[in-house]
Formats: sequence, structure tokens, C-alpha cells
Amino acid sequence: MNALPVLASFGGAFEFIFTPQTSNVTGGEGVGGLDQVIELTLTQLEVTVLALALALVIALPAGLYFGHRGAGELLALGLGNAGRAVPELALIALMAAVVGVGLLNLTVALAILGIPPILTNTFVGVRQVDRASVEAARGLGMTEFEIVRKVEAPMAISSIFTGIRTATINIVATATIAPLAGVATLGEFILGENVYGDDGVLAGAILVALLALVLEFSLAGLQRRLTSKGLKLEAT
Amino acid sequence: MRFNKTRLGMAFAMLAALALAIGVSACGSSSDDSSSTSTEGGTEGGGAIVSNSANGKVSLTIGSKNFPEEEILGEIYAQGLKAAGYKVKSDLNLGSETVAHKAVQSAAISGYPEYASTALTSFFGLEPEEVPADAGEAWEKANEEFEKEGLVAFEPTPFASANAVGLLKSTAEKYELEDISDLEGVSEKLSLYGSPECRQRIDCLAGLEKLYGLKFKSFHPVDVSLRYTVLEKGQADLSILFTTDPQLSAEKDKFVILKDDKHAFRAGNVIFVTTPKVVEKAGPDYEKTILQVQEGLTLPVMQELNARVELEKQTPKEAAAAYLESAGYTG
Repeated sequence: MNALPVLASFGGAFEFIFTPQTSNVTGGEGVGGLDQVIELTLTQLEVTVLALALALVIALPAGLYFGHRGAGELLALGLGNAGRAVPELALIALMAAVVGVGLLNLTVALAILGIPPILTNTFVGVRQVDRASVEAARGLGMTEFEIVRKVEAPMAISSIFTGIRTATINIVATATIAPLAGVATLGEFILGENVYGDDGVLAGAILVALLALVLEFSLAGLQRRLTSKGLKLEAT
Repeated sequence: MRFNKTRLGMAFAMLAALALAIGVSACGSSSDDSSSTSTEGGTEGGGAIVSNSANGKVSLTIGSKNFPEEEILGEIYAQGLKAAGYKVKSDLNLGSETVAHKAVQSAAISGYPEYASTALTSFFGLEPEEVPADAGEAWEKANEEFEKEGLVAFEPTPFASANAVGLLKSTAEKYELEDISDLEGVSEKLSLYGSPECRQRIDCLAGLEKLYGLKFKSFHPVDVSLRYTVLEKGQADLSILFTTDPQLSAEKDKFVILKDDKHAFRAGNVIFVTTPKVVEKAGPDYEKTILQVQEGLTLPVMQELNARVELEKQTPKEAAAAYLESAGYTG
């Protein structure tokens, strides 16, 4: 019995995604529908990609460097854990007074959310690479940079990707609050309950969840392609 | 070694007790401080609230939406009812009006403050121009609709609040703007910031586009708490403000609002929405207390209370307590 109203509200949400619905507060204008959904989904994706790129540019080299040197463990892990505790909304409000609201503020705030998992997992992944392999590489005459690029990074790929995937999910889910900072993403449906109604809120949640899944599967596919053959054999 | 450890433990315990004692006495003195601060106006209210022991059997839950003005109102009603002897809980973070409306319908809360204009447009589908300008008429009309769905609304507060198009005084002077109509021909050059809902609301951007026929350079959604920051930062040319904002009187030389000459933003007085069932259960002191504590809430008083919370960072609870005390409703 209880499942019926739940199913009915899902039906409403799917209708909302495909065709504009009436709303009490718009003076007759329809809300939702495929055009708006596509527009907002693309913005959400754009924001996510920008923030992830910024997080990668900072966290990946740092994680590889500290991991290779075997130093800065406290810094990498401490920073990683502290970063998880930063409240995004407070960060956005804080930066609003300095850089203003908008895409820049949002990208930085979301990147800060993405840095900890990438940094920590990259560091740990590189640290866990078999020291004998690293010594062998050194014995072959590889430079330190080559060791990182050809031995440590490929062998740590699974851990690094765990970090990237966690960061991506964090960022894409949190990009939902972007409409509070000047950028209209799918969060508009969720935050604008008076305009979009319960159907809109649910539709927004469904769309964000779908987007997160799509990104997760794409990254999993990418990871499989980037994992070297030898490591794949080892795993099976 | 062991002995030392216990000694150390005891020392810590004593230190902790000392800290606690200091903390308690500090709390005592700070509450003394707050009682000496006063809120102007409101003394004309009908004297102190009398606690009725019969009310102790009734528990009420007062709700509010989740922005400062509503939270202050929620606290004022909750503390007033507590003074009248009721057992009162508060749930002051209900989010949007849709959520609050459902909460009172499902009896999750006993009642909450709502703007009459919001109720009429958002719940009952009226166009902004159909909302009566007179506070009494708007209340009667809203109450009629509320009764149809098994709710009831008490008489309105003295103050009213509305959305407004705000801007820096320098911008207004530069483009010679006084009324919203003056934006015609200029608005294409100006950016507008408002809440995420504003874009499609008829009492916000949609109304400005439809009623005034204005097009803006761009619209950006932001959290309402940033509505002055975006103006100060120079990011927004125009920002949606509220007429009860304290900044409008405290920083008159900096921020101005445009006159809503075509009535896109109808002002709303606050009405307390509840159910006949709660009214019956709670007895006559319920309505009496609510009407009594809101009597002193004129526009300057509401602005002052908003200032305490938004500018001076008091909690809504502290601001409400100070108001009730200085107006003589509570001792």
C-alpha cells in the first residue's frame, strides 16, 4: 500500500523532466521540461569538470611528489582530513566578500572539496608501491621523474582513481548548491521548491543521482583502460 | 606513578569544576547585560503576559521558515506562549513556505507566521495585482481560503514586508532611477541578483518582466544572505531586497530601493496560521497571547530586530527575548 504514493510521486517527477508543468507562483509560465533540464544539467557538468580539473592540477602532482619522497605524510593526510570538514556553503559565503559570487568562487570552493580524496589516495597509493620495484627501476638508470611516471604512478593507478572518483562524486553532488552562489545548476529544482513543487525537487534529485552514476561509470571505464596489462593480470 | 596519576586526575577535576563555576557566573552576568538592552517602541502593548497554570497541560510546537525575520517572529510567539504557561517547543527551520504549509496541515507544528501576500499568491494562486493592498482585507481573504482547507489565520501584524528592487545610491543617481518604471531602456545594461526562486516567481523577476516589460542584462541566483554583499562588491547592479531590511535605514546613504509603481511586489503583513483544533485545545489564551505579542511589531521595530540578528549577530532567540521584555510582555 505504501509503495503507491511513492511510485506516483516518481511518475510526477519524470513528467516534470520531460514536459513543463504548471506552478502557482509563476503567473502562468510553465516550469521544468526537457529544455530547462538539459540546460541545467550541462551547467552542472561544466561546473563539475572545472572544479575537478583544478583539484587534479593541484592534488595529483602534490600527492605523487610527497608519495615519491616519502615525506609530508602528516601534511598530505592531515590536509586531506581537514579538507573534508570544510562546510561548502560557509566557504562560498566567505569567498563572496573577496572574489564575489559566481563561477570562480564556486570552482575554487568545489575544488577544495575535491583535493583531499585525490591527495590522500595518491599519496597512499604511491607509498604502497613495492619498494623493490622502485629500487629495480633506479638500478636500470631511470631518473626520479621517470620512476614516478613509469613505475609509481602506473602501479598506484587503482588508488589514484579511487581518489578521483570520490572527488568527482563529492563535487557533482555538491554542485547542487551552486544556485546559492550565482550559477544555476540542477540544484535550482531542489532549492526552488515553491516554484518547482515536490515533483521538481524529486526530479532534481533523480537527475543529480543519474549524473553522478554516469560520471562514476565513465571514470571506471577510463581506469580500466589506463591500468597496465600486468596489473590487470595480477588482480584476476 | 599510579598515585601521581590520580593526583593529576583530581587536579584536573578541580580545574574543570572551577572553569564550570566561572562559566556559570559568566552566563549569569551576560544575561544581566541583555536585560538592560532595550528595544525602542512597543511599550503600548497591553501589559505583561499572565501565566495561566491551566495552560501547562497543553504542548504547542511553533514553526517558522528558515530566514532571520521568520525565525525572530517564531521565537517571539514561542516565548510569549511560554510566558502564558504553555509547554512550547519550536521548529524554526522549516525551509520554504510549501514545507511550512504542509507541516501545519499535517499537525507536525501547531502554527507558524506567514505573510498574507505570500499565502494568497503562493498557496491560493492569486496574481500579485489581485492581492488587496489593505492589510485587513488581505487577511480576510487569506483566512477565507485557509478555512476552506481546515486552517485558520489570526489577525495581521502592524508591519508589512515586501520584495524590493535595491541598488547602490550611486547607481540610482547615475541612471536617474526612482521608480521601477525608470528602468525602461536601462535595464538591458544592468545585472539583477535574487534568490534561486526569483527567476520564475511572479513576485520577483517574472513579474518585473511581465508587468513592467523589463529585460535585464543577466539574472544570477544567490543565497538571500548575500543580497547586500553582491551590491557592495559591485557585482550586482540590482539586487532583490526586503523592505524590512535594517540596512535600508541604517545605511540610507548607500542603499536605496526603487518605488514599485506598478505593484509587482505586494507587501504582506504577517498572519499566524494555525488550525481550529489547536485553537480549541489551547483555549482563549492562545490567540490572545499571539495577538498581544505582535502588537508592538511596527516596521521600525521589525527593522531593529532584523538588525540585531543580521548585523549584530545576536540569535533570533536573544532578539525576541529582548523585544518581549522591553515591550513589557515578559518580566
